[in-house]
Amino acid sequence: MADAEGQVIVGLEVHCQLDTKSKLFCGCSTDYRSDGPNTHVCPICLGLPGAMPALNRKAIEYAMKVAKALNCEIIGEAEFSRKNYFYPDLDKAYQITQYDKPLALGGYLEIESDEGGEKKVRLTRIHVEEDPGRLVHMGNAERGKYSLVDYNRAGIPLIEIVSEPDMRSPKEARKFLNKLRATLEYLSVFDSEKEGSLRVDANISIKGSERVEVKNITSYKGVEKALTFEVTRQKNLIRRGQKIDRETRHYLEARGVTQSARSKEQEHDYRYFPEPDLRPLRVKSWVDDIVLPELPDARRERFIAQYGCSLNHARTLTGELKLANFFEQVVRGDPKGLSALAATWIADTLIGELNYRDMSLDKVEPAAMTGLVHLLKAGTITDKSGVEVLRVMLDQRHKGEAAETPDAIVTRLNLAKTTGDDSAITKSIEEAINENPKALEDYRAGKAGALNFLVGQVMKKTRGKADPATLNRMLSEALKNREA
Amino acid sequence: MASRTITFEPSDTYNAFLTTCSRAEHGDGPLAGVAVAVKDNISTTGIETTCASKFLKGYIPPYDAHVVGLLKAAGAAIVGKTNMDEFGMGTTTENSAFGPTLNPCDTSRVPGGSSGGSAAAVAAGMVRMALGSDTGGSIRCPAAFCGIAGLKPSYGRVSRYGLIAYSNSLEQIGPLGKTVSDVSTLMGVIAGYDRHDSTSQNKPYNHIPIAEIKGLKVGIPQEYFGKGVDPAVAGVVRKAIGRLEELGATTVPCSIPSMEYALAAYYVTCTSEASSNLARFDGVRYGPATDWKKSWHDAYQEVRAAGFGTEVRRRIMLGTFALSSGYYGKYYQKAQVARENVRADFNRIFRDVDVIAGPTMPTIAFRLKEKTDPLSMYLADILTVPANLAGIPSISVPCGKSEGMPVGLQIMGRMFEDERVVDVAYAYEQAVS
Repeated sequence: MADAEGQVIVGLEVHCQLDTKSKLFCGCSTDYRSDGPNTHVCPICLGLPGAMPALNRKAIEYAMKVAKALNCEIIGEAEFSRKNYFYPDLDKAYQITQYDKPLALGGYLEIESDEGGEKKVRLTRIHVEEDPGRLVHMGNAERGKYSLVDYNRAGIPLIEIVSEPDMRSPKEARKFLNKLRATLEYLSVFDSEKEGSLRVDANISIKGSERVEVKNITSYKGVEKALTFEVTRQKNLIRRGQKIDRETRHYLEARGVTQSARSKEQEHDYRYFPEPDLRPLRVKSWVDDIVLPELPDARRERFIAQYGCSLNHARTLTGELKLANFFEQVVRGDPKGLSALAATWIADTLIGELNYRDMSLDKVEPAAMTGLVHLLKAGTITDKSGVEVLRVMLDQRHKGEAAETPDAIVTRLNLAKTTGDDSAITKSIEEAINENPKALEDYRAGKAGALNFLVGQVMKKTRGKADPATLNRMLSEALKNREA
Repeated sequence: MASRTITFEPSDTYNAFLTTCSRAEHGDGPLAGVAVAVKDNISTTGIETTCASKFLKGYIPPYDAHVVGLLKAAGAAIVGKTNMDEFGMGTTTENSAFGPTLNPCDTSRVPGGSSGGSAAAVAAGMVRMALGSDTGGSIRCPAAFCGIAGLKPSYGRVSRYGLIAYSNSLEQIGPLGKTVSDVSTLMGVIAGYDRHDSTSQNKPYNHIPIAEIKGLKVGIPQEYFGKGVDPAVAGVVRKAIGRLEELGATTVPCSIPSMEYALAAYYVTCTSEASSNLARFDGVRYGPATDWKKSWHDAYQEVRAAGFGTEVRRRIMLGTFALSSGYYGKYYQKAQVARENVRADFNRIFRDVDVIAGPTMPTIAFRLKEKTDPLSMYLADILTVPANLAGIPSISVPCGKSEGMPVGLQIMGRMFEDERVVDVAYAYEQAVS
């Protein structure tokens, strides 16, 4: 029965480009993004008549690493098949992929569930296939004057990871993707920063209704957005007593909506059959030789044990390979002393500031972060000044200006914490009280907010340099003196 | 490497060539200066390669097929590209978009196909040897019809890289020559492993034919002399087998029961693969430009309907049907089972015999336009397709005449025993010459 409050059910098909040096079936370089169209091509990836595919062993190794890390079973005899369809970006008019004998079956990935615990998302299969080329539409796809074809991407190795419908919300789908990305990066087989390196098709239904496939999602955030849109759309239909059609929809990233695909596109018969130009893939025995690196879950547990990180911080820090490496570089040599503070500052503050600037972590030297954390740990600056120093640091690096050390910034901006019974604080306190007689009155009347208000005023005057504990003590004393 | 040229300006009254290279370069090597013709479905850098299709008119490959590179390295002069049935689909070379090739033995007859141009060029003495390709008999049939020798190598012994695919799992490039020695020499040049062809085997061919067959056991399958085989042709071949016995071979009657399904298995497999292989010819990259005012689905349909010949369109449709969901199990998968049965039959027979002998073709060369309905044309392949289904080597050697036209003796051997079928053909050839 259709029920608008029914359970959301999500399954994903994730296509990831494997970060090999050469393409899946030829020697062309995969490093095409900064070059002109059709510059990384040869008879094989152009599908010229007579050219034949020769399998890139490295791509299979990479795919098997993923399969092993995701607990899949490698198939004894896998096979490549042809998926036949006409589309101008498909050089041979078929895609070499895997159909009924994929490389790996089963497996699972653990994610944090919406309820907070860990949950296993089961996997159906992993298979290897080639990326098609790319169409560049002059004008828009429907009414543009013409389209150009770029085959640089044709033949880039992809793995498709198909999950079971085990996710229960758009948020869980996002978590699945993030976890998958982290795992692939830890395995050094995937570069999430390369444009178009990940594409997702999502199957989503409300329990009791038909399933809808949303195609063409190309970003991590897009998955959550597209699915959230679908949940709302489908629930609204159910509320209105309407039926949900089993259909394919496209996600329009720019508008954040999904749109029904034309029926013609849904009626594909791909006429799969075994690729006669490639031999069956008997690689099961390689699996024993694959040595897996430390994976996100193991690293998370180690961060908790070794650095005393909280579960949440450990999760955040290990959720991206670069971030985890950054953290360990920041606390190198002094794990016990700095780690808890560094974890907080990196996981909570730094990430927020980077996102705000749409800035890459690559631009921040771990040593600078170490310096900042040291200043905070030593009590040289307040947390508030710490944020200011960090902002200056990031702005300089973001804009490509001369990058100062945290120490230099503190000195230049005179942010060192005012210590003891510094006369500047005393002076600021006196000023604050004099300028706000109402606050003094309120304080005397026993209103708790008055003290906090005055603390804020003093902080403003000292530009955050005052140590909050000292300030509180001095202000209380000053107020008591006034009473007398 | 010294580079010299030979002049090649034949009077090609048989329409054997689609392209000739009047001044062909060559280097040194075992074939230094030997004029070699290459079937027009084998890619040649800088030389138009059309597969005898309008779709590829004007297509000049930017790369050499592996075998073409080997020919050049051996010093051969590639003097031209030979006519064929469009994309290899035919048994007569009448299905060429550029007109039929005529049989040099009788110009009112077809040369066989699909490598008819290569066979005619050799038979007419325009070249000493030529490359063809054999998917279901396309080397052996024209060799038999034109009275020359032609070998379909074991699957995997010759790289297919650069051969414009018709049916990948069945076809092999192979040599045609006036004599078995020439066929053997050319085979020596083109065989061997190629990393660009994943189905290629590391089995080079370094062999000089030996005319010694004493003690050889020759299987004579009853199906090769039964219904559908012209009794006069069967008689000529029986006599030839008698010659083998005189040379010390013994004959053993045998049977290939799976032949009942061989032709069906063959046509389902080759049309299925062809429907996929030929899908890339869509008017975007090959053929007449697509009308961009139409939606691309419509434009594709139009351009493909106009660009392919009747037989090619027929086979694309048959193959598309055979692979369609709901029919795949009934046709393609069944064909693979039948194919396994053919292999099993050969394996069984080859436990008792060294080679299998019979006619190459059930008849002599047809008259031009004699075969009009596709089915009777397909039936002419019945004796050649089993070797392709099983992947085994098979040679056709001239063994006499019927109605004044050449008849071919076909010798099939165990997988990778190409040398042995060459020796048997050579022994016969030496005995009768």
